[in-house]
Amino acid sequence: MAEAAPEHLVKSFDIELNKLRHMMTQMGGIVESQVALAAEAIMHRDAAAATRAVEEDPKVDALEREIETFVIRLLALRQPVASDLRHIVSALKITGDIERIGDYAANVAKRSIVLSQFAMPQSLAGLAHMATLVQAQLKSIIDALGDNDADKAVEVWRSDQVVDDIYNAIFRELITYMMEDPRNITPCTHLLFIAKNLERIGDHATNIAENLYYAVKGESLPEARPKGDTSAYAVVRPRE
Amino acid sequence: MSAGAVPGPAKDQRISKSLGRRRHRANIVVKTLCVLATVIGLLLLASILFTLLWLGGAGLALSVFTNMTKPPGSNGGLLNAIVGTLIQTGVGTLIGTPIGLMVGTYLAEYGHRSPLANAVRFVSDVLLSAPSILIGLFVYELCVEPFGGFSGIAGCLALAVIVIPIVVRTTEDMLQLIPSSLREAAMALGAPKWKMIVLICYRAAKDGITTGVLLAIARIAGETAPLLFTSLGNLNWSVSLTQPMASLPVTIYQYAGSAFEDWVQLAWVGALLITVGVLAINMLARFALRGGR
Amino acid sequence: MSGTQDQQGSFGGVQARATGSNMNEPRIAIRNLDFFYGTNRALKNIQLDFPERQVTGMIGPSGCGKSTLLRVLNRMYDLYPGQRATGEVLMDGENIIDPSVDLNALRARVGMVFQKPTPFPMTIYDNIAFGVKLHEKLSKAEMDERVEWSLTRGAIWDEVKDRIHTSAMGLSGGQQQRLCIARTIAVRPEVILFDEPTSALDPISTLKIEELLDELKHDFTIAIVTHNMQQAARCADQVAFFYLGEMVEVAPAGQMFTAPREKRTQEYITGRFG
Repeated sequence: MAEAAPEHLVKSFDIELNKLRHMMTQMGGIVESQVALAAEAIMHRDAAAATRAVEEDPKVDALEREIETFVIRLLALRQPVASDLRHIVSALKITGDIERIGDYAANVAKRSIVLSQFAMPQSLAGLAHMATLVQAQLKSIIDALGDNDADKAVEVWRSDQVVDDIYNAIFRELITYMMEDPRNITPCTHLLFIAKNLERIGDHATNIAENLYYAVKGESLPEARPKGDTSAYAVVRPRE
Repeated sequence: MSAGAVPGPAKDQRISKSLGRRRHRANIVVKTLCVLATVIGLLLLASILFTLLWLGGAGLALSVFTNMTKPPGSNGGLLNAIVGTLIQTGVGTLIGTPIGLMVGTYLAEYGHRSPLANAVRFVSDVLLSAPSILIGLFVYELCVEPFGGFSGIAGCLALAVIVIPIVVRTTEDMLQLIPSSLREAAMALGAPKWKMIVLICYRAAKDGITTGVLLAIARIAGETAPLLFTSLGNLNWSVSLTQPMASLPVTIYQYAGSAFEDWVQLAWVGALLITVGVLAINMLARFALRGGR
Repeated sequence: MSGTQDQQGSFGGVQARATGSNMNEPRIAIRNLDFFYGTNRALKNIQLDFPERQVTGMIGPSGCGKSTLLRVLNRMYDLYPGQRATGEVLMDGENIIDPSVDLNALRARVGMVFQKPTPFPMTIYDNIAFGVKLHEKLSKAEMDERVEWSLTRGAIWDEVKDRIHTSAMGLSGGQQQRLCIARTIAVRPEVILFDEPTSALDPISTLKIEELLDELKHDFTIAIVTHNMQQAARCADQVAFFYLGEMVEVAPAGQMFTAPREKRTQEYITGRFG
């Protein structure tokens, strides 16, 4: 629930803060569509979608630079304090996360073009599910960004656990396929990277949630973020 | 003169031009009146001074300062009158100034707007404009009647009574001009109130208070009426405060109305001396204070 | 008064008064303070500590009572009838609001610098000596030393050392204010109160005085009232926000300006006050 704070006595400051928020949600909207297009590209081998996903990336980078310049200008000219300061500084970090999400989405889209040359060894149901969850996370956090909704941010922050679990499962599954048949290695490796990128998108969405929460509430979420990515420790032994 | 329906600026310019001209004319008229008034005032002043210088200067001689008042025709001077004025003015100031200073301090620093302070202020202001002859009569009743004779000290007292309200008003005004922040700064260092008043307030107001005292001196130097009933005047040499004492204003009063030419001449000289004396005090006030800045 | 030591001697030996008080005890502790202008209650139930050798900033909109509170600390309101305070203001266990307190001695321990620079109409030397002479008897050499020490601590010695026997009225605004600070330091108080000390000065003089505050807090406990929130942010260790006679919040400066707890505080410092 967004807090109904009174407006600044100097209206132009409110206008600038709204502009900042608008730029961020605009950027968020572009990467949302990038992720959707990338998912589309994998599931339906849609090369056109992939190309569009990649083409959006320069726009995202440009917006990030614009926001960065705007933030520095705001800091110099307005000397913000308290909530204003937190919102402005976290905008810097959040746009960094959004920009990374865009890069990952573009990466996924590029890999989908390569993948389309191969037959899929197995159904992509798990990956599709993961993509859906991540897109939902992303939509949720971008909406929360537009409304300064700390509660929604907490929900997103908690939901990363599920994405991590799916990623662990896909990780093991793909290694199994790779062990079964060496011809699977190329496509499975790309799929592995795609899954990792999706998982990273989820992580960055969680980062955004943490920053948003701090900006609104003034205190950080507890240290122990629910992290479920155990792939770093995963060992899959071949069946003898 | 408009060329059809011309809106906005053009129309305003026409109006403002005639308004401007009218204002300019009014300006000139008022300025002329002011200058005229100044000239009239200056002319009056100048004519008085000129008359004094002309008629008084004619009789200026060393004998004026060395000879005492004598019967007409004996080449008298004004020595005892001059000395008497100096004594009575001096002593009157010495008595009146401390009293006036303390009352003024009370009003500005302690009484403020209390009922007592308001009453004191009122009385002081009334006394300030009281006819000096009344003051003379008052002191007569107090100091001359009971003791059976006119005296120099009665004259001094009468003059002191005139000095007091002047010094009270000046002191209070000058002290009130001091910003309260200065007082607070002194108190904040731990100064007791009396030290704050003496060391800080008096110092800050000293120029103004000194001017007030000098103005009081200039005023009483020329007072005649109160002295008529108190020190009366003395044709002989006397510096005793218990005896009648001569003074310039009283002597002028006696001589000017007489039928004797040399007495009348001496009266003009006396008037010139008083005027020059008052002028000198005023100039002293200005230069001494400016130098101290 | 236990544990108070005065030290004098050679130049290096002139120090601020060392107190034996516990560093954990606040220098001044305000408890249940109410203040009245006639029947109007201007301060309501104030509780506030002024930690030893730290700068406490007091901010709030006009008329909120912060200057009033400052002037309670050195009993300045005693000058004006109709103003009174109830409650406790504790300094070394003594309630300084109590009528039996010796005001002159109190004001030697709690000094004040005002918004408008107020040099006395005397020489610079006499300005400094004035306060000292009220409380101590010093020889000429000792007084010379004290004057030099005060002017040095007041960051103005270099600018006036060649003319300390000329009138103080000839100094610039910023110099006059530093002179007033030096004058206050000269009596070696424990606490110095600053009532909007730089609002009448230009930006550079302001910064010089803020730098001075940074140095002074090593030896003195400081309370500063300011309209300029950036100044409170720069100078204060802890900041108290006042509104309509109440103390809304007190917090370390870092916390106050990044994440204040109270909504009213947040709205005031971000400039949203209606």
